[in-house]
Amino acid sequence: MYLFTALFFFILGGGAALLMRTQLAVANNRLLSPEVYNQIFTMHGTTMVFFVMMPALLGISVYIIPLMIGANDMAFPRLNAFSLWITLLGGLLLYFSFAAGGAPDAGWFNYAPLNQFYYSFTKGIDYYAMGLLLGGIGSVSTAINLIVTILTMRIKGMHLTQLPLFAWMGLVNSFLIIGAFPALNAALCMLLLDRQLHAHFFNNSGGSALLWQHLFWMFGHPEVYILILPAFGVYSEVFQVFSGKRIYGYGFVAGSTVAIALLSFGVWVHHMFATGLGNTVNTFFAASSMLIGIPTGIKIFNWIGTMYGGSIRFTVPMMFAIAFLIEFTIGGLSGIGFSIVPIDWELTDSYFVVAHLHYVFIGGSLFGLFAALFYWFPRMSGRMLDEKLGKWFFWIFVTGFNMTFFIQHFLGLMGMPRRVYTYPDIPGYTILNFISTAGAFLMAAAVLLLLYNIYISIKKGTPAGTDPWDAFTLEWYPPSTHPGKNFDELPEVHSRQPLLDLKKASVNQ
Amino acid sequence: MFVPLVISDRLMHDTISTSIPLQSVLNATTKQAEEINSLTNWFFIAAAFIMLVVLTFTVYVIMRFNADKRRNKEKKELSRKWEIPMIGIPSAMIIVFLVYSIITMGHVLPDNDNSPPDLIVIAHQWWWEARYPDYKVVTANEIHLPAQRNLKIQLQSADVIHDWWVPSFGNKMDMIPGRLNYIHINVKKPGVYYGTCSEFCGRQHAQMRLIIVAEKNEDYLQWLSQQQRDVVMESATLPGAALFIREGCGSCHTIKGTPANGDRAPELTHLASRKTLLTGLVPNDSGELAGFIKAPHFIKPGINMPDFRLPDSTVRKLAGYLSCLK
Repeated sequence: MYLFTALFFFILGGGAALLMRTQLAVANNRLLSPEVYNQIFTMHGTTMVFFVMMPALLGISVYIIPLMIGANDMAFPRLNAFSLWITLLGGLLLYFSFAAGGAPDAGWFNYAPLNQFYYSFTKGIDYYAMGLLLGGIGSVSTAINLIVTILTMRIKGMHLTQLPLFAWMGLVNSFLIIGAFPALNAALCMLLLDRQLHAHFFNNSGGSALLWQHLFWMFGHPEVYILILPAFGVYSEVFQVFSGKRIYGYGFVAGSTVAIALLSFGVWVHHMFATGLGNTVNTFFAASSMLIGIPTGIKIFNWIGTMYGGSIRFTVPMMFAIAFLIEFTIGGLSGIGFSIVPIDWELTDSYFVVAHLHYVFIGGSLFGLFAALFYWFPRMSGRMLDEKLGKWFFWIFVTGFNMTFFIQHFLGLMGMPRRVYTYPDIPGYTILNFISTAGAFLMAAAVLLLLYNIYISIKKGTPAGTDPWDAFTLEWYPPSTHPGKNFDELPEVHSRQPLLDLKKASVNQ
Repeated sequence: MFVPLVISDRLMHDTISTSIPLQSVLNATTKQAEEINSLTNWFFIAAAFIMLVVLTFTVYVIMRFNADKRRNKEKKELSRKWEIPMIGIPSAMIIVFLVYSIITMGHVLPDNDNSPPDLIVIAHQWWWEARYPDYKVVTANEIHLPAQRNLKIQLQSADVIHDWWVPSFGNKMDMIPGRLNYIHINVKKPGVYYGTCSEFCGRQHAQMRLIIVAEKNEDYLQWLSQQQRDVVMESATLPGAALFIREGCGSCHTIKGTPANGDRAPELTHLASRKTLLTGLVPNDSGELAGFIKAPHFIKPGINMPDFRLPDSTVRKLAGYLSCLK
């Protein structure tokens, strides 16, 4: 259900992206008015972050993690259902704003004072605040649920140090969610007070416009790690299984995740280097932002190290994982660029940022989702996703993705600011934007192919059996078509690869 | 790959025009931008190096350890010794870059010493107001500066957050209501430079462009003395002058020496001395002026100037008057 919710909003958010790219295909286009364009880019960002990535990653977590740790269900099944429905309600409420006079139009990070009633007088931003509050309640309750499940319901013999990495990342991630969302919820409540009851938290008469930025990014930066850690978990599993080898440096991977989680609360001002906070503040946050690059870099190296010496099977999940290594390095390096304050001063809020964040979100989180989908689809449906169609999907999507977003690095260097509904005919702009738009349609075509693949595979895909990938972890132990609870009988666990141990044991007998 | 972005002299015009030349942050036209760009160049080299290392390793590993070739071979482990350089090298690199960027930050944007600014720029939804405090001059959108001088510019906002960005000048800076921010520039050569607002500020963020005219000192002083004058006397006798007051234009716009003293919209005292209208969107002539007064939201949708639905004859007279305000 979570995953269908995410898919539904993915189609809406993707449609918004296509409208934007169509508007930007040529200079001085008049297809969309600035009012409409601003609503659409706001909805695209808000939808993709809060109602696609969050429910998709949490949905996979609540499906797979109990299986991985040998639990029959989440600790609180009803709370689990509540989280889903409240998130869906939040998303629908957000979209209802279109019918209520106008969608929010101040960007997904909704800067004050542009989010104040005086500057945005439709009801859109009120719906934005309510929708995100509800979505936030859903995310926090799922996080609590996951923590309790992982801490108390592990199978006998599975110590915390033997947790599969996907479950480990889910655990760390849940703590991140619980730590980060209060800042957002507080800010949203203050915003509602400002808009509905004429309080003065963020406007110029007594309040501070920068306060919103501090609160939003105190949430917002951990949020981007919330969106990447579960994907890191997926990659860690995929690299192990399809290289046929244990992870290289389990301790480093698990430990660096904790380091990332802690550091992520101390880097938010790097979104605000150009607000004139002074060089002392900027230096501190530059140092912390650069520091966070190191545990991330370690992981890239650990994954390559995992593949080294193994025997690599190029299945679709593995292909996405390998592509991720490259794309995420591009996004990570441009991210390090932004932690170097003078470079941030040149390029922040330009299309260079748009390129950077899509390399991280798509090349990192979304590729992780695709890998997870292809990897765990047999577990969920009992059938394999078609590999041949999957490979076509992979190549078309990756080509389209790089076409759309690599170009945008150059647009940023050429002085194109982000969030513009149109641009003057400056030399180079039209051709680069046109290529970018073409790439976006290529990605859309690939997604259609994926939807067809899912449909056809559910109907007549190859039956998967119990352990189609020759995997390591317990989610492949019970048969995938098993109704009701997950496990009838519980196997014994002595290592980080319980399923592998069981298989070896049965061969030896 | 950056060659077309850095070699071009077409980045700059000698005269103001509505067609904007190629833009690039990599073409430094101020001393500050030069400093930043030497750091940027080193960063690109370092980033390209790391990218190359990751790419090489990845390709090598997936070629060599393909399952088809390794059916009967033993799996092996990568030595743990590799972890030391893989953490050490990036750590050393970020320390170097941190120190380098702290030095650059201090040069480009020294802490405020409370000296008075040479120029105050106030951003409005969706235009720029420029005040020259030493000369009591106020103008809009086309900002004149002396070249080859250290300038301190104070940046303010009258409404929402905007951002000063001239790509070839180096650092950008937010303009935040209730805050005074500063930038320092020293433009190397006289010329016309183009920029834009770089923080989303509402409906016309996209066309909130910025035009900077850097001049030799004597040209700059001459321009200032021309801007200091009150409105040209002959224009007061034009029919448009009375209409301007009667239709209420003066409650938002100022024309010095007349009763028009509004402060919410661009100063028009010397409108005709500017080369473009609407932050560089259209050339400044009486035809474009008339077209804009007639249908402001067709030319620049969503802006704050109301559509007064004035009759054509009024529009023509207003445009005629405004285009005399040298």
